[in-house]
Amino acid sequence: MTTAISVSGLVKTFGQTRALDGLDLTVRTGEVHGFLGPNGAGKSTTIRVLLGLLRADDGETRLLGGDPWADATALHRRLAYVPGDVSLWPNLSGGEVIDLLGRLRGGLDTQRRADLLERFDLDPTKKGRTYSKGNRQKVAVVAALASNVELLILDEPTSGLDPLMEAVFQDCIREERDRGRTVLLSSHILAEVESLCERVSIIRLGRTVETGTLSELRHLTRTAISAELAGPPNGLSKHAGVHDLKVDGNQVKFDVDTKELDSILRALTQVGVRSLTSQPPTLEELFLRHYESDMAGETARHAGAGAKERAPSGLRSARRRASAEHATREDGVVADERRDQSDTGVAQ
Amino acid sequence: MTAVLSTPRERTDTRGRSDSFIGTGQLLRLALRRDRVVATVWVLLFVLMAASSASATQGIYTTVESRVQAANTINGTPATLALYGRIFDPTSLGAVSMLKLGALGAALVALVAVFTVVRHTRAEEEAGRLELIGATVVGRFAALTAALILSVGMAIVLAVLTALSLVGAGLPASGAFAFGLSWAGAGIAFAAVGALTAQVTESARTANGLAAAGLAAAYLLRAAGDATGSDTSTWLSWLSPIGWAQQVRPFAGDRWWVLGYLLVFAALVSVAAYALNAQRDHGAGLLAQRPGRASAGNGLRTPLALAFRLHRGGLLGWLVGVTLGGLLMGSIASQVGNLVDTPQARDMIMKLGGARGLTDAFLSAEMSILGIVVAAYGISAAMRLRSEETALRAEPILATRISRVRWAASHVTVAIVGSTLLLLAVGLFAGLSHGMASGDLGETGRVLVGALVQLPAVWVLTGITVLVFGLAPGLVMAGWGALVVFLLLGQLGPIFELPQWLMDLSPFTHTPKLPGGDLPATPLVVLTLIAAALITAGLTAFRRRDLG
Repeated sequence: MTTAISVSGLVKTFGQTRALDGLDLTVRTGEVHGFLGPNGAGKSTTIRVLLGLLRADDGETRLLGGDPWADATALHRRLAYVPGDVSLWPNLSGGEVIDLLGRLRGGLDTQRRADLLERFDLDPTKKGRTYSKGNRQKVAVVAALASNVELLILDEPTSGLDPLMEAVFQDCIREERDRGRTVLLSSHILAEVESLCERVSIIRLGRTVETGTLSELRHLTRTAISAELAGPPNGLSKHAGVHDLKVDGNQVKFDVDTKELDSILRALTQVGVRSLTSQPPTLEELFLRHYESDMAGETARHAGAGAKERAPSGLRSARRRASAEHATREDGVVADERRDQSDTGVAQ
Repeated sequence: MTAVLSTPRERTDTRGRSDSFIGTGQLLRLALRRDRVVATVWVLLFVLMAASSASATQGIYTTVESRVQAANTINGTPATLALYGRIFDPTSLGAVSMLKLGALGAALVALVAVFTVVRHTRAEEEAGRLELIGATVVGRFAALTAALILSVGMAIVLAVLTALSLVGAGLPASGAFAFGLSWAGAGIAFAAVGALTAQVTESARTANGLAAAGLAAAYLLRAAGDATGSDTSTWLSWLSPIGWAQQVRPFAGDRWWVLGYLLVFAALVSVAAYALNAQRDHGAGLLAQRPGRASAGNGLRTPLALAFRLHRGGLLGWLVGVTLGGLLMGSIASQVGNLVDTPQARDMIMKLGGARGLTDAFLSAEMSILGIVVAAYGISAAMRLRSEETALRAEPILATRISRVRWAASHVTVAIVGSTLLLLAVGLFAGLSHGMASGDLGETGRVLVGALVQLPAVWVLTGITVLVFGLAPGLVMAGWGALVVFLLLGQLGPIFELPQWLMDLSPFTHTPKLPGGDLPATPLVVLTLIAAALITAGLTAFRRRDLG
């Protein structure tokens, strides 16, 4: 299998800010690749480097077999891009923008354009300044999906879309995959990534901290176990791979490293199990685990080593008790502060 | 809340009325914070301009005789009357030495006031930032009021500092304050005009354009009124706020009551702006948005086609404006010979070679002014590159197979072709109206050439803008800076007796004065080559830099 995008050791600085700090990314031809990371982690900067809009300071970047900076226009014939922040010309209609971008790209499938307009329920006669955020986003998505290209680069393409349109978008991306197209999908909607992507890369502070298939990543993380035992648990806290153990009489609750699942279940059945629920890790938990080390103030982590590191358990259990929504919001705050810095850099 | 209050209810409900202004103070502080550098620079620029001009000209006109002679020549020459206005007291040192900055300075202050008001009202609304603010405890008149207070305050500070600097330069205090306040009056009047145009259109660009067109009309009215009156300004000057600013007659009677015209005008226009603001929806103008085409026309398939589409409306407005300007100038020019009745002016006509020479001198002076106006168009068209980039609209285009140079060249092409069209219109319509008025349509060609020789200098300014866009996009306003510097070199250079090499920096110094002079090819070719080199360097630099 060949690779559509291969990035290694990518560095990009804006003045004092090191937006990308040795980032690695490999997207295989024909796959839908999820590109995750907190706000300001460097996703959009990476995409702009891939599009030849920014020049890399260091590192190897190959896109469809070419150099994104030197071969920009030749490569752009073979890809379509949906920016995260779609800005339309105030006095051009949505239909005109779709056609213009398609023609500038080198052609548009008119049948597919009509089909997409209907599926996304988009009125092409409205002027750019009158579209809502979601509808501006739809204009860019339709323009990208209606062109005949090998690679789709989508930067948070569904931000602002309603759940119905989100479902339409997911169907469209599956169709694209079935036609053999490659998709790089940057997103914060983890359900979307879980349902669409074969492989994901998680980046943080301009570096890749995880990359692999979803099942590989799940394997690296923990399963939540809640069990009622026949007797008091013995030595469970000393067992390798057990975290956040809580004991209430015969009732136990803990997280376990997925690779230790087998041996811990054996330990439990030795005591005797009355009832047991286990919850496999969701992508969200995987994702949060990489964000929460921001909360703990860690700054230096090496690519790929993330899975082996653990946040302090006190913080972790606190996070566990908090609702997922609350936790995400906290992440948003931390990440937004950093986004401010790197955005300033981009703007200059 | 305040947003749903209808106008009739507001008139009766005093609580509702005061609610509409809640938050004005905070918005004013925000505006001051945003403008603290820009506003300071503008104010200081005007103060320095006034002070330096006052101290430089005092040395020239030391005796009453020298002032009277200069004043009579100026008052007897329609070209200078149209350009600067009339000297109402030939014996007054202040009136003679501040002539060049009177009406022109007032118009520049007015332009700054327009930009300031629109920048804090319609531009904020168009960008969506006012929506964020409007959802907080802020009345619906707060933004408009804060913008007006800011620009009125700027005008008053400007007036006081300018007056003090003129007193410092040795001019009488009463006249100095009359002069400063005549500038401030023009600024306040056009701040209100900006407030009004900001309610009419949905786009800040159009609001600025409409107000600037109004300003140009006001200037042309007073130019016509001043140039056609035999010994005083005609009623045409009294239709124009810029005319009123002149009729304050600083250093020549200091008629303070004329300032009342400006204030009443400002109050009436502001009331209209508030009334429109109360009626309309957030984000909307007076005209409802029409639906567009469902699919793009066949022509819209290249960056150039897109660029022409984006510039179309603005270029059309400019065409109308300069066509009117050309027609007016052409029709005035034919009367120049008949209107001269002072001995000094007759003397000058003899030296220049008869009435035809005087008409030519007038036309060539007008052509060089219109050349500067068209250069402003070239700069603003080239600056669209930067605004497209910062609005993230360049990005989707550059993510297609269109190269950076091709995208940037599309807007540069519009700037060049557009400025050519504008000067063609100026030359053609000034020539035709002059030809018809003088009964000799053969004049058209001579006037047209006089307009077209301005082109290379206009292109140089476009080139400077493109170069800065490529090298240091954050400083792209330097294009305007270059225009102001060249304008000042041309206007003040001879007064200060600046060295020739400094004056030679301005491309307009090298532009032949036509009709009525020689038509040398060398400066035109060299200026065109310089413009081409600047544009090429700018595009090359843009190819190498990061976008954003």
